[in-house]
Amino acid sequence: MNILSLDNVVKQYHNHTAVDQVSFDIPKGIVFGLLGPNGAGKSSLIRIITSITAADEGVILLDGEPINEMTSSHMGYMPEERGLYKKMKVGEQLLYLAQLKGMDKKEAKESIKNWFIKFGIEDWWGKKVEELSKGMQQKIQFIATVVHNPKLLILDEPFSGLDPINTNLIKDEIAELNRQGTSIIFSTHRMEQVEKVCDRIVLINQGKVILEGDVDQVQQEYKDNIFRIEFDGNMPSDLKSPHFRIISDDDKSVTIQATEGHNGNELLQNLISKGIEIKSYQEVLPSLNEIFIKKVGESNE
Amino acid sequence: MNKIWLIIKREYSTRVKNKTFLLTTFLAPIGIVVFIAALTLVMSSESDDQKQIVVIDQSNLLEGSVKATNNIAFTFTKDNFTQSIKAYKKGENNGILVIAPLDDPTASKYVVNFHSDEQLALDESSRLERSISKKVRNFKLRELEISEELLSNLDTDISINPNMVKSDKKVSSITSAVGGILGGIVGYAMFFIILIYGMQVMRSVMEEKISRIVEVIISSVKPFELMMGKVIGVGLVGLTQISIWLLLSVLLFTVGSTFFGMDASSMAAPNLDPELQAQAETAFSNKDKIAQILTELAELNWWKIIPLTLFYFFAGYFAYASLFAAVGSAVGEDINEANSLTMPIMLPLVFAVYIGVSAVQAPNSTVAVWGSMLPLLSSIVMPTRLPMDPPIWQIAVSIISLIAFVILFTWLAGRIYRVGILMYGKKASFKELAKWIFYKG
Repeated sequence: MNILSLDNVVKQYHNHTAVDQVSFDIPKGIVFGLLGPNGAGKSSLIRIITSITAADEGVILLDGEPINEMTSSHMGYMPEERGLYKKMKVGEQLLYLAQLKGMDKKEAKESIKNWFIKFGIEDWWGKKVEELSKGMQQKIQFIATVVHNPKLLILDEPFSGLDPINTNLIKDEIAELNRQGTSIIFSTHRMEQVEKVCDRIVLINQGKVILEGDVDQVQQEYKDNIFRIEFDGNMPSDLKSPHFRIISDDDKSVTIQATEGHNGNELLQNLISKGIEIKSYQEVLPSLNEIFIKKVGESNE
Repeated sequence: MNKIWLIIKREYSTRVKNKTFLLTTFLAPIGIVVFIAALTLVMSSESDDQKQIVVIDQSNLLEGSVKATNNIAFTFTKDNFTQSIKAYKKGENNGILVIAPLDDPTASKYVVNFHSDEQLALDESSRLERSISKKVRNFKLRELEISEELLSNLDTDISINPNMVKSDKKVSSITSAVGGILGGIVGYAMFFIILIYGMQVMRSVMEEKISRIVEVIISSVKPFELMMGKVIGVGLVGLTQISIWLLLSVLLFTVGSTFFGMDASSMAAPNLDPELQAQAETAFSNKDKIAQILTELAELNWWKIIPLTLFYFFAGYFAYASLFAAVGSAVGEDINEANSLTMPIMLPLVFAVYIGVSAVQAPNSTVAVWGSMLPLLSSIVMPTRLPMDPPIWQIAVSIISLIAFVILFTWLAGRIYRVGILMYGKKASFKELAKWIFYKG
């Protein structure tokens, strides 16, 4: 079952196509990475999913139902550009936003109090937002996003502007929510942040999907047969072989790429036969960043 | 619907709880009353440097008495001019008023000399001129043997009495005056209310856009709902403020006049030139006229005027506030940009006030009639005409066109707003705004 499924979604602004026939599915309960360079159409797509703007064409289903006004209460959205009412008190503000998401006052209050306890900020209810530091405001923004227990959480560049401590705090909370069954969409252009947390990704460039799949699968697909070998003793100088190419080496390790048609086993055999004492052997998978740069580069050509 | 209500509630309660709102709402009227009271006190207080003026009355015109004021005391002297000048130089008096002998009852000019290095205050000198002129008149009446009674027979009170030809409605000469003043006040009030609260809507929209909260909000509600909630919320704040002002001014006026004995005329015009005051007094001197004004006011068709005025107020506010919201959504941080975009909204408003003022003087002029039916102008012009009972068909046309206009313009404003609040870094020109109206989605 998919929490969100997009079918042939198109959004055109008068002189360019921001979202071009985008289709993908997000299975329930996973952490999903919506990746792409700046201006790829991520934000336009998110605005369509959150019904801020309407798509020109295509179907979007949230938990099997077409998105409409009512579905917005099942989504929590944190935009890249954060914003709160500066002059409003923290508690009143969260209460207002939660009620706009369809919660009644009592349950909203309860939920906010729980989050305050979680973050250790019980005495912030009566503080004005402008009195808080930026990091504190980010916490409030996060609470505003999750206060109504959404099924789907959409976080646009969630860690931009956060210090490492708050980044970890938010990361932990997101992981916890995910464990409890909330599906999560991360939208970002910073791959290293999502590589470890995402189960599945879609890569968008110039409004089009250029890559989709589970992270492991994608990495397998784009691997370049590169292996890293740590060894003891001296590396023989005549390591040249038509079967592999040394990418880099130092005293204790070597990174080798097997040429086409050859694999890791052959490489190992070769090395062992040369009498090298191998300490460790590992396949080097490409980082999402590398795949990203490669794919975006290809699609821009 | 439920969400609009939440938005209205937030807009209203955050504003009403705001310190600035409380200050302007409660302190402004009190401040004005205190200011007027202080002014009245200053005006009526005894001046500590009363000037001593010596009067040499060679014609015995003033018969030895002129009323002293806070600033001037008069003493009559039998001394001649040279003696008095000597005394002036010694500092025994502050000036000498010489009233030359008067013997020609037909003289049309009569010069009184005042000798001093200081000048008389304007109101003091005109007061003196008036009282001398009155004495000269009496002298002339005596000399020319004209009786006061005979003279008063020359005065005739003329009033032109309007009579309706087609209808049998009763009107009097001051209906138009009373209605006009009332209409003028309402017209101006409308203008300021629409402007002040319309601008507030605009600023509030800009604030939401700049602080970027708007994207979070419209992921839960439709942009149109947000705009409407804001317009209604601010409108209710305006209504609250105006009601409090009205209530407070009535209250303070009553309290003031009971406890401090401030009478209406001194409150209205504490520093008015006495001559003007005298004119005002003659205009409204007899109680008959005041009573007549009151009956006129009572006879006005309030059952028609009040609901219609409220209707024009709400409709006008709604349409203009929506336009202000649209402008607010289109501009970014740059307030100058806002100024150039509000210009076309301000123009019809100002234009309407001018038409409204002319409608007070000529309620059935072509300009007034058209102004009260054209939707951009009617919400200000029509209320100024209402006390003078414009024809029903004109009211009907005006109401229908205004409703159509309100619907059209809130719709247009909503179209612009929904695009504008998400648009950053684009310079908003009118051409751009027009394009936004036709954006899909």
